[in-house]
Amino acid sequence: MAASSRAQVLRLYRALLRESQGFTAYGYRTYAIRRIRDAFRENKHLKDSEEIQTLVNKARTNLEIIHRQVTIGQLYSTQKLVIESPENTEII
Amino acid sequence: MLPAPLGWLKRPLARLQGVSLPPILAVQVVTGSPLECPMWCMFSLERFHAHYGFPDFFSCTTVRSCCWKVSPFSSPSHCILTCPLCLLGSYHCSLYIFSFIEKGLGEESTLRPLYMDVQATTPLDPRVLDSMLPYLMHYYGNPHSRTHAYGWESESAMERARQQVASLIGADPREIIFTSGATESNNLAIKGVARFYKSRKKHIITTQTEHKCVLDSCRYLEAEGFRVTYLPVKRNGLIDLKELEDALQPDTSLVSIMTVNNEIGVKQPISDIGQICSSRKVFFHTDAAQAVGKIPMDVNDMKIDLMSISGHKIYGPKGVGAIYIRRRPRVRLEPLQSGGGQERGMRSGTVPTPLAVGLGAACEVSQQEMEYDYKRISVLADRLITKIMTEIPDVVMNGDPEHHYPGCINLSFAYVEGESLLMALKDVALSSGSACTSASLEPSYVLRAIGTDEDLAHSSIRFGIGRFTTEEEVDYTVQKCIQHVKRLREMSPLWEMVQDGVDLKSIKWTQH
Repeated sequence: MAASSRAQVLRLYRALLRESQGFTAYGYRTYAIRRIRDAFRENKHLKDSEEIQTLVNKARTNLEIIHRQVTIGQLYSTQKLVIESPENTEII
Repeated sequence: MLPAPLGWLKRPLARLQGVSLPPILAVQVVTGSPLECPMWCMFSLERFHAHYGFPDFFSCTTVRSCCWKVSPFSSPSHCILTCPLCLLGSYHCSLYIFSFIEKGLGEESTLRPLYMDVQATTPLDPRVLDSMLPYLMHYYGNPHSRTHAYGWESESAMERARQQVASLIGADPREIIFTSGATESNNLAIKGVARFYKSRKKHIITTQTEHKCVLDSCRYLEAEGFRVTYLPVKRNGLIDLKELEDALQPDTSLVSIMTVNNEIGVKQPISDIGQICSSRKVFFHTDAAQAVGKIPMDVNDMKIDLMSISGHKIYGPKGVGAIYIRRRPRVRLEPLQSGGGQERGMRSGTVPTPLAVGLGAACEVSQQEMEYDYKRISVLADRLITKIMTEIPDVVMNGDPEHHYPGCINLSFAYVEGESLLMALKDVALSSGSACTSASLEPSYVLRAIGTDEDLAHSSIRFGIGRFTTEEEVDYTVQKCIQHVKRLREMSPLWEMVQDGVDLKSIKWTQH
């Protein structure tokens, strides 16, 4: 299999972020989005194709994990946090 | 909409401003208000009460700040539900609107508070739950069944988890025993080691700021005839190494000191203590429940002989923990739980595979995320402390500021009662001390041990920052905290006296 191109990595990045938006729990959602952004930013300078491939595989597994956990979270969702209500943020 | 006198807007406006109002049951229609030409729906009173009982107050979900009113119609069995600010143009059927109605006193009663109490417990990391689910659903075999595939796959998962826990602390997998939590691990370490060596060694050393389970185990051993020294701590929460050395006696079998305190977040000098203990051939046990996975721990560098690990403090499941027991040189202990000899005979009982797998996954995730989490938590902790301390005076941070795990912040707000501040901060889940002592009204023994005055000990709050805490949550907590501390101080006569320059310690309080 050819080494992952820039386009593939970007596609993976966007898919991860989009999937993470589905978390109903505030903490999980914000953590996933933040961590994905920071992890991709941290590794953006890498040149070694083997390293990049390992990280891409790791990202693919994480995408599957996120997808499963988002589904479960939606099945068992509960009320939102106080901080998610627009009223409270307005008062601040 | 007709121009309306502002009287009818009073209630919705007040709710927007966060003023709480007494609930209403019915109102008069004010001339000129939109209620005169309302968006309304007619429904059966009986069906309404059958569905929703007799609530006092409803709120509209489209415009949260308005209030719904139930007003009688011409027929006794029907009434009108009207929404003055809701601009729904259509004529809704009663059942459709009912699905939107919320019962109760409106405002924040249906929203969950923020979680800032990570020292009590932590939420499960999604990666941990993902690793546990197959073992809860499909691979349900007993890991000690040797004869079939269900047992083998369960056993291999358990061993993999053991390897993950071991690699986090730099140990060998054979040195890890799964238990039901850090409390059981502490009991096993202290009682087990003490009883095994009791023929020759009868002395144990611990500190005054240990977790309740350690102190209680030591008290139990005292009743069995052991001598226990409870080392005092300095004002900053750290123990004095010189005092520890002086306390060591020829018949000391065990020294037990926790790595990171769960109430004040102080980090003890574990490497130095380990050095002292190994040179004097005394076993060193540390309760690392709050430290494992958050700060780098290595049992060989720090010369630790026994270590307790808790699952639910590192984003793993509740009900599982582990104990590390050194093999070279071998630490022997008497098991607490007798049975089929599982876990090398030290802890009989079926190992809960899903929980053990969860603990292993939590340890692996923590190992990968440790640096990232530590950096983030330090930044958030600095933000919280700086914001609070610059806005309000007379706030004391308990515990040494340098040898401190940033995610556990214990602040004492002078002239404010801690419990009342906790009640006021009802949108944030906080605590003023450890969860196991929160039922009693006594101030925490840890704060008493570090020498805080009684009044400051009663006014302390513990803020916990974890992997999933966001900047917005910290800002919200800080803002509410500042607001309520100022409000409570306004009401406090002690604060008034301090503002007038009276020295509170010089006052002679007399009885009437």
